Amino acid sequence: MKILVCVSKTPDTTAKIAFTDNNTKFDTNGVQWIVNPYDEWYALVRAIELKEADAATIIHLVTVGTPDADPIIRKALALGGDEAIRVNADSHDSFYIASQIAEVAKQGGYDLVFTGKETIDYNGSSIGGMVAELLDLPYISLATKFNIANSTATITREIEGGEETCEVSLPLVVSCQAGMAEARIPNMRGIMAARSKPLKVVEPIAVEALTAISGFGLPPAKAGVKLVDADNVDELVRLLHEEAKAI
Amino acid sequence: MSVLVFIDTAEGHIKKSSLEALTYGADVAAQLSTGASAVVLGSVNDDLTALGKYGIQKIYHATDETLNQFDAQSFTKAIAKAIETANANVIIFSNNANAKALAPRLSARLKAGLVAGAVALPDTSNGFTVKKSVFSGKAFANISVNTDIKIISLNPNAYKITPKEGTAEVVLFNAGVEASKVKVTNVTKASGDVPLSEAEVVVSAGRGLKGPENWGMVEDLAKLLHAATACSRPVSDADWRPHSEHVGQTGLAIAPNLYIAIGISGAIQHLAGVNRSKVIVVINKDPEAPFFKAADYGIVGDAFEVVPKLIESVKKLKGVA
Ligand SMILES: Cc1cc2nc3c(=O)[nH]c(=O)nc-3n(C[C@H](O)[C@H](O)[C@H](O)COP(=O)(O)OP(=O)(O)OC[C@H]3O[C@@H](n4cnc5c(N)ncnc54)[C@H](O)[C@@H]3O)c2cc1C
Ligand SMILES: Nc1ncnc2c1ncn2[C@@H]1O[C@H](COP(=O)(O)O)[C@@H](O)[C@H]1O
Repeated sequence: MKILVCVSKTPDTTAKIAFTDNNTKFDTNGVQWIVNPYDEWYALVRAIELKEADAATIIHLVTVGTPDADPIIRKALALGGDEAIRVNADSHDSFYIASQIAEVAKQGGYDLVFTGKETIDYNGSSIGGMVAELLDLPYISLATKFNIANSTATITREIEGGEETCEVSLPLVVSCQAGMAEARIPNMRGIMAARSKPLKVVEPIAVEALTAISGFGLPPAKAGVKLVDADNVDELVRLLHEEAKAI
Repeated sequence: MSVLVFIDTAEGHIKKSSLEALTYGADVAAQLSTGASAVVLGSVNDDLTALGKYGIQKIYHATDETLNQFDAQSFTKAIAKAIETANANVIIFSNNANAKALAPRLSARLKAGLVAGAVALPDTSNGFTVKKSVFSGKAFANISVNTDIKIISLNPNAYKITPKEGTAEVVLFNAGVEASKVKVTNVTKASGDVPLSEAEVVVSAGRGLKGPENWGMVEDLAKLLHAATACSRPVSDADWRPHSEHVGQTGLAIAPNLYIAIGISGAIQHLAGVNRSKVIVVINKDPEAPFFKAADYGIVGDAFEVVPKLIESVKKLKGVA
């Protein structure tokens, strides 16, 4: 089995969110970059577990990004995976990114494409579905469990207020979230091995972006907390009822 | 040219978030001086004509047998067919679990720009720009859509449902989709009757509660308030609560009217999933807990004393014995 895992570079979860150039660009000053947690903890680790269960499994990672994504890819490779492909492009348009990934997927003939549930910066939750449509494959989104036997996957996914389990034959595209696997920390051996794993750089195919970011903004600051005495819980309920009209 | 809203159902019933999408779609149509219709797939038990009160004139209802089970691939084809029939150029989804599979598929199929996670009506004064939530609710971005067909996936609880008068005409159609490649074998409902992503009120608790055996009071309070229950990540990681309740940067992002956080410190990754809540109440014994900075109301105190009192007080308000 050949698995393609999509990984992206995102700001650390504690990064300060600010914008520059008249609120048109994310301020990367002082920002630490990480592998998007869903991609690392769930998509990649589940793929590694599948390889551990069946040594014939091959795992490739793909990222669409500029050379500054390379350290992030190496970090992901330190967890596992055989080689990585970076499509040398800089875009925030989901369709553009998905088209590049779909092209890599076509070239590589994968049985399974894993993405994370969403990127924690642009929160599209879109790439997986787009890749699936471009490849005309089934797509299971927001998967919390994934198992495979005889080329048939049994997948549990989130639905409103519950979960749904389904069966689908390979090839297919899956987006992964909490439940799929337990997060791992790379060990020294993995980090050393990652240095010599192939990281191929390919140029993007020509694709027209469908959307563009015209500006950013921050939500209005909170007015500040109104504290109520622990001995006067009735007052909290009164405020929630009469002032906030929330209950 | 018109607006088309996708109506999502579960077990034959229309989801609340779809009513938000319908209201939003009708308002977008009014803004563009055009009409709004809707599409629903598979068998439905609710009265569709009644949806006219959300400002929708026509509902395209596909009755293909295969559409009784969700599959993003066949649903996308059926929606594309409805778009063609309705000659629609703005397509609206509620950004729920199903839409996160459908909207991007449709976007790629039609080469139509998608704004996933919209929080406001489009700005059509100069092109077509939609405000969406980014950086896990810590910021927003204005996304301009450059294509003829535009797809908007509206965040749940971001738009108020405003029913008026009116009935909709239901037009049955056959989408002609082939048998689905996905076979649904089992559906399980999480405990509680209110789905977390759609809940108006959420009662959430963290590691401050010490162990799963102490969740009774959380559930009691939730039941009284007709609320869903949620938790912080360490709580679901320790299996005190199911993963489906985990909110935050790496869990579910929610935007209820009221979020009550009990024994949760308010780490930045937790706030990322709840900071779009309209009113936040924090109960924590540590006055320095970061959550107080993000709260509207707070009580510094021991949850094991405060929450039982809160339950009594809410009972008084609601007139329950
Ligand atoms: C990449 C990354 C992603 C993450 N994603 C998430 C996420 O999605 N969601 C999430 O929740 N976390 C997430 N975390 C973890 C997050 O950083 C915090 O560790 C976590 O939110 C803390 O959970 P907590 O508040 O329940 O526990 P703690 O931080 O241990 O806080 C417990 C709180 O309870 C209070 N308390 C104790 N006893 C009582 C009492 N008797 N009465 C009242 N109050 C009491 C304490 O004062 C304290 O404030 C993530 C972390 C990382 C690094
Ligand atoms: N630039 C990228 N390169 C590779 N994969 C990506 C990229 N952006 C997003 N993805 C994948 O698509 C998933 C969903 O991203 P998004 O649709 O942006 O929320 C992520 O979790 C990644 O697995």
